[in-house]
Amino acid sequence: MSGGTLGPPPVNSAAVAASAQGRQVGEGHPRKDHLLVARMVEPGSRVLDVGCGDGLLLALLRQRRSVDGRGIELSREGVSHSLARGLAVIQGDADTDLVDYPDDSFDYVILSQTLQATRQPRVVLEHMLRIGRRAIVSFPNFGHWRVRYEIGVRGRMPVTENLPQPWYDTPNIHFCTIRDFVRLCRELGVQIEQAHALGASGDPVRVNLPWWVWNLFGQQGIFLLRRG
Amino acid sequence: MNEHSFRGPAPTHRSEADEPTSPVQRFAASEALVLDAGIALGPWQIAYQTYGELNPDRSNAVLVCHALTGDQHVANIHPVTGKPGWWETLVGPGRPIDTERFFVICANVVGGCMGTTGPASGNPDSGRPWALDFPVVTIRDMVRAQKMLIDRLGIPSLFCVVGGSMGGMQVLQWAASYPDRVFAAMPIATGARHSAQNIAFHEVGRQAVMADPDWRRGRYLDEGVRPRKGLAVARMGAHITYLSEGALHRKFGRTLQDRDAPTFTFDADFQIESYLRYQGISFVERFDPNSYLYVTRAMDYFDLSADYGGTLANAFRGSPTRFCVISFTSDWLFPTRDSRAIVHALNAGGAQVGFVEIESDKGHDAFLLEEPEMFAAARGFLDAAASARGIA
Repeated sequence: MSGGTLGPPPVNSAAVAASAQGRQVGEGHPRKDHLLVARMVEPGSRVLDVGCGDGLLLALLRQRRSVDGRGIELSREGVSHSLARGLAVIQGDADTDLVDYPDDSFDYVILSQTLQATRQPRVVLEHMLRIGRRAIVSFPNFGHWRVRYEIGVRGRMPVTENLPQPWYDTPNIHFCTIRDFVRLCRELGVQIEQAHALGASGDPVRVNLPWWVWNLFGQQGIFLLRRG
Repeated sequence: MNEHSFRGPAPTHRSEADEPTSPVQRFAASEALVLDAGIALGPWQIAYQTYGELNPDRSNAVLVCHALTGDQHVANIHPVTGKPGWWETLVGPGRPIDTERFFVICANVVGGCMGTTGPASGNPDSGRPWALDFPVVTIRDMVRAQKMLIDRLGIPSLFCVVGGSMGGMQVLQWAASYPDRVFAAMPIATGARHSAQNIAFHEVGRQAVMADPDWRRGRYLDEGVRPRKGLAVARMGAHITYLSEGALHRKFGRTLQDRDAPTFTFDADFQIESYLRYQGISFVERFDPNSYLYVTRAMDYFDLSADYGGTLANAFRGSPTRFCVISFTSDWLFPTRDSRAIVHALNAGGAQVGFVEIESDKGHDAFLLEEPEMFAAARGFLDAAASARGIA
């Protein structure tokens, strides 16, 4: 169903995502979710990309928004690819390493398709908004109708193009829906400055629809957050 | 008698120390090297090798810093041992540090024994080798000496400073002391300070050298002897710290050496014993025992944060240099946490830093060996930095 080649990336380990992206989308054709993130970022700002994969988003932000970008990535392959792009990327783990970053050291902290793979998503989110004045979070929406169909009708954990790994072999341990995420933001007193849901084509679901529509038809959510 | 009890060429250390095979830059007493010990060393000299060509912009110079027992012969046949250069895996035509693209310089450290002034060099005041009259030197002194060489060679700023282990310490010191002269820095398998455990191992090595009756309170060169056994034991002990339990098990296990059963003697029954003895003996051929004392001491004294109020980040505050830090999973001499401490300090100081931990079971020595992942990271980093600097 997410047949378009420009659809959202497979949500899985950074290494797999990196190789998949490399095949699907060349440097000349940035991913639509990356373009959306780029539009959220003020030019010339300082950006930390947590779980930056092979550095495609950071490279895009450097090229289009002239950011001073830094990255953290778990996989060696991702770090090596990022270094080869001239990016300042360090091998590390969102769950353990964010604690070492001082308060207010970045304008934006980005977590792209990684939240669901962290052990403590709430703590990670808190750190992001401590380190950066703003945070940008994108994640696969577990409330998408296709996921609901898999669970509700077929009674199976979903295995889709977007979530290609079976339940026993996935790094994704903390799935949430768009509504769950909005609720967490409220609990943390975080302000949602922008929210987007990307459909199967990678294009945003229309803005003026209620949350439940987003939650049903958004394949992924992308949020720009600010400290409350 | 002891002098000839090991095979190998007659010692050439005196001549390599004063009249090395390598090119030498000599500095007069008026151009003394001012040491941390508060002594002005002069006249003094520095021996070095170069590879490739300096470009017209003088922007493509790479300084390679060697480790404790290394020297300037990074990518050529060693004049004493006849073996290939110690980093030919990384440095050479088409290698990550491509000598067809970069002008590569490697100098023997001050305190060394391959042509840069050290304890085996002649003391102009006495006409005899310096021996223990040579002042204790530090990593910062080594870097000061390299800086004077770079100035002498007319290179305004280095494209990259790179080194592993003690070489990595020099890389960090370069970036801290002369940030505007270092465009990119690649410290590998190193730390911003020497740990208590590492100091302990060094002390064992030094005591082994000094316990050899032929050490003669450091005056062995005057007396025509050499503390070969002491230095060999020091090297054997140190060599274990460069490997890993996994690598030792994989390479040697409990395999016996040229025999089917233990001999019930203290012969080298096990292959690992034979290997270590060989490592010890071959090291003695090419290294001056007093140099071993001085250079290990320099590493022990290294604590970069101490020069910056105890906060390592202050050493790199506002640094314009781009860094690539590399460590190895099985390195227990300079474990990954040491590299992470550097990375955290660089981040806190606002520097641009990349970091990768390479999966390897080869221990600390991995940085000298065929490690494709390290080469890929180094090549990517250098290529990106070179295009940022406009190097063709």
